[in-house]
Amino acid sequence: MASYKLNINGETKEVEAVEDMPLLWVIRDLLDMKGTKFGCGQSLCGACTVHLNGVAVRSCSVQISSVGDGEITTIEGLSENGDHPIQKAWVEHIVPQCGYCQSGQIMNAAALLNSNASPSEDDIVAAMAGNLCRCGTYNRIKEAIMTASKSL
Amino acid sequence: MLPNIPFLKNKNREDQSKVFSPSRRDFLKFGSLATGGLFLGISFQCSGPKGETVTFAPNVYISINSDNEVTLVAHRSEMGTGIRTTLPQIMADELGADWSKIKIIQAEGDEEKYGNQNTDGSFSVRMFYEPMRKAGATARHMLIAAAAADWGVDASECDTENGMVVHAGNGKKLSFGDLASKLKDAPLPDPERVVLKDFSKLKLIGTDVAIYDVNDIASGKAVFGADVNLPNMKIAVVKRTPVIGATVISYNDEKALAVPGVEQVVKIEGSGFPPGLDKALEGVAVIATNTWAAIKGREALEVEWDLGENQNYNSGQQLAEMLESTKGKGKVRRERGDFDTAGRSASKTLERTYEAPFYAHATIEPPAAIADVKEDGSCEVWAPSQHPQWARGAVAAALGVEIANVKVNVTLLGGGFGRKSKPDFVVEAALLSKAAKAPVRVQWTREDDLHFDFFHSHSAQRINATLDSSGALTGWNHHTVFPAIGATGSKEELHPSDGEMGLGCVDFPFDVPNIRIESHESTGNTRVGWLRSVSNIHHAFAIHAMMDEIAEARGKDPIENALELLGEDRDITFQSEMVGGEYGNYGEKIEDYPWNTGRMKNVIRTVAEKSNWTANKAAGKIMGFAAHKSFLTYVGCVVVLEKGSDGKTIISDVYYAVDCGIAVNTDRIRSQFEGGSQFATSLATTSAITFEKGQVQQNNFDTYQIIRMPASPKTIHVHIIESQIKPTGVGEPPVPPFIPALANAMYQMNGQRIYKLPFTI
Repeated sequence: MASYKLNINGETKEVEAVEDMPLLWVIRDLLDMKGTKFGCGQSLCGACTVHLNGVAVRSCSVQISSVGDGEITTIEGLSENGDHPIQKAWVEHIVPQCGYCQSGQIMNAAALLNSNASPSEDDIVAAMAGNLCRCGTYNRIKEAIMTASKSL
Repeated sequence: MLPNIPFLKNKNREDQSKVFSPSRRDFLKFGSLATGGLFLGISFQCSGPKGETVTFAPNVYISINSDNEVTLVAHRSEMGTGIRTTLPQIMADELGADWSKIKIIQAEGDEEKYGNQNTDGSFSVRMFYEPMRKAGATARHMLIAAAAADWGVDASECDTENGMVVHAGNGKKLSFGDLASKLKDAPLPDPERVVLKDFSKLKLIGTDVAIYDVNDIASGKAVFGADVNLPNMKIAVVKRTPVIGATVISYNDEKALAVPGVEQVVKIEGSGFPPGLDKALEGVAVIATNTWAAIKGREALEVEWDLGENQNYNSGQQLAEMLESTKGKGKVRRERGDFDTAGRSASKTLERTYEAPFYAHATIEPPAAIADVKEDGSCEVWAPSQHPQWARGAVAAALGVEIANVKVNVTLLGGGFGRKSKPDFVVEAALLSKAAKAPVRVQWTREDDLHFDFFHSHSAQRINATLDSSGALTGWNHHTVFPAIGATGSKEELHPSDGEMGLGCVDFPFDVPNIRIESHESTGNTRVGWLRSVSNIHHAFAIHAMMDEIAEARGKDPIENALELLGEDRDITFQSEMVGGEYGNYGEKIEDYPWNTGRMKNVIRTVAEKSNWTANKAAGKIMGFAAHKSFLTYVGCVVVLEKGSDGKTIISDVYYAVDCGIAVNTDRIRSQFEGGSQFATSLATTSAITFEKGQVQQNNFDTYQIIRMPASPKTIHVHIIESQIKPTGVGEPPVPPFIPALANAMYQMNGQRIYKLPFTI
C-alpha cells in the first residue's frame, strides 16, 4: 500500500492504494465517483474512459502508480452543469439508450474534439472505434459529435 | 420446477388483474384502480399541520401534492428501451399534466402492488397502454370534478391541460396542486364514468419525447447496478464452476487472504446440474474492501474441482450431431396437407441447412448486485433487474425467508436483452451478504459474464421446399433443433417448447398447401436463456434466407414472391394445424391480436417504397429483403450494401417499415430499430460462443466481438406505420428480419448463399 495524491477534476485527492490498482477502481471504489464505468477491464470497450492531461485513456488499464501529478478529468468534471458542447449535443440527439457506455463515449468524444475541433466523419469513426455500445447508438453518437463540433 | 419462461404464459389479463381486479372493483365499489387506492389507502398523506404538503394519490402510479409536484411511478425496468419514459408519457398525456415538470420515480419490485414488472418479451406497452391511460384518466376525472365543484360549473365544461384544470367558458384555471387538498375526502369515481380521451386529443402519445434520464446519463449521474454504495459495503468476486454442474472438492484460500484488502473467502453451494434459471452457480467467493482486491484475491485462490458430467462437452460436435439429426424424422409440431405427397409430385426440390452459434448477451454493464442481509434475516437488494419480483422470490428462497422480508430496489440496467431477467447474480449477493454480515456488492467481470451467461442456444435447421411444374411452392418442411431454455431447469426438456416453436417457426405465415414443421432432440449442457427476440433469431434467418432462394427458383423478385405467398388479406391462425401443442401468440389470444397478412403486406410494400426497391435494384444496387412478425409487431426490412474504397463491404443503408399499432414514443421506436439493426449486425457477422471440454472459449471483447462504429450500418431509416390499432412492442422485433435481409444482400454482392452464422461481410 502507498499513499497517492491525485489531481482529479481540479481537486487534489489523497488515497491509499496498492500500486497496481487501476485508476478505474480508485475512482469508483476509493473516491466513490460512479460516473466512470467498468466494462471489460482490458481496454477493449471504452466504458471507463477518462482524460489524463486532456487525452482519453482507459482507466481500467492505467495503474495508479503511473498517474503521478497528471490531470485527471472524469465525466463528473467535464463541465460544471453537464453543459459541455458534447453533452448538450448528446441531449439534443437523445443519444443514450441504456446509457451505461455513454460516460465513456462522451469522454472519448470530448477528447477527440480537444485534438481535432472539426473532425470529418471518417475521423469520428476512427476515433470512436474503441468504444463499444451494445444498444447500438453509434449513428446518433456520430451525429452528436458533428453537432458539437459545429458549435465549438 | 419448470422455469418461469415469460413468453409461455398468458400473462396479460392475469397480471393486470392484480392491480385492476374486477372482483376487487366490485367489492370496493369505487373504480378499476381501486386496488392501487387500497394499497395507498387513497393516500392523502397530511405530513404535518395545516398548510403543509398534502398528497393526492388516486392509484399507485400517480401522486400530486399541494406543492404542484406531479410524480409518476415507472414500474417496469429501464434497460435502454425507454420504457421508464414511455409508460409515464401515456399517463401524463391522459392526465393532461405538464410533461416538463413531471417527476418519475422507480418502483421497487412488488407485483401485488404494481402489476407485472417482468420487463421482457416486448410487452410493456402492449400490456400497460390501457392501464396507464385509465390511471391518468381517473386522476383527471377527479381533478376536474373538484375544480368544477369549486367553480359551481358542470364538469363537462372543464378539461385539463399543462397541469391545470381549465374551464372552457370563463377561462378559469386551477393547478393540480391547488386541487390536491380539495380531493381529500373524494371517493374514486365509478369506472364507467371515467372516459378516456379521444385519440385526436392526445398530445404526447405519437410524438418524440426525450427519455427522462438523458441529462443524468450525459452528466454521469445516472445510477446503475454497481453504482449504489452503502456504508461498510464489501465487494465480492466469485470463482465459479468452470463447467456447468462442476462442484468444489476443496479450496485453499491462504494466498487469497494474503492479498491486501481481502477479508473473507466463502464457498457458494451451487444448484448442481441442471443449473436452473434462478440459482447461484457453485463457486468460491472472495470478499474484500474494494473490487481490485477481490479480483486479485480470486486470482490467488486455489480450487480443486470435480468437473462433473459436462466436462467433455464440445459445442461444435453437438452442432454437427444436431445438424445430422435433422435428416431424420422429428417430432411433428405443425402439419397442413401432406408434405410427402407434395414431395413425390415436385418438379423441383430445394434442401438447405442453416446453423447458428451460441450467443452471449454481453451487456456492457456486467451483472452486479448489492444485498444487505440484516440481523433479523430481512434483506434489501439493489439490482439492475429486468424481473424484480422473480429476484425477490429467488432471494427469499435462497435465504429461507418470507418474500415479504425481501425488498428489491431496481436501478437502471446497463443493457439487459434478457440476461438480467435471471436473478442468479442477485442471489449470490444475498448469500454473500449473509455470510459477510455486511452489505455486499457482487461484481462480475467481463470474463464471468461471457463464461456464465444464460446463452442463446446454438441451432441447426433443415428446410425442404417443393415446387411444382408451374413454379408454385407446394411444400414446406422445416426441421429445427436447439437446446431448449427449459433444459436449463430439467433434463427431460429435449425439444423446444411450444413457446420457442411459436417464435418464428410454427407461425410460418406463407400460404403453402403442404406444411410440416418438426423439432428434434438435443440436450442442454450449459445455461441457456432468452436473448433479444429469442428463437426468432435463428428461425427468421433460416426461413427468410430460404424464401430468397425460393423466389429465385420461381424466377420472382423476393418482395413480389413474399407478397404473393402471403395470399389474400386475412387473419390467419395456426392452432388447427398444431400437432400435440399450442400456438402461444406471445401470450395473447389470437382473436385479440390476430396474425393479419394485410398488415404484413403493408409493411413489405412500405419498405419497398421507402428503399426505392424496384428502381434501385434495376440500377444495380445491392439489396436484400426480409419481413418478419415477432412479438405481435410487423416488420419489413431492406439492407443495402456497398463496396468501400478499400474493397470492404459496407452496410450503407437499412430500411425498416414497422407496424406496431399505436406508436407511443416515436423517438424511442426509431432508436430501438436503429439499435436493433446494430445488435443484429453483431449476431450476423461477429459473435459466437463455443465450448470445449465444457468450457466457454471466449473471454472478453477480443474474442467475443460485437460490432464497433466502423462496422455499424451507416444510415438507418425507420418508417412507422400510422395506426390506431392497440399497440405492440418494439424492443425485439427489429432483430429477426435484419439477419436474413443482410444474408440475402450478401448473395447479391458475391453470389454466395449464406447458411451459417456468423458470416464475414
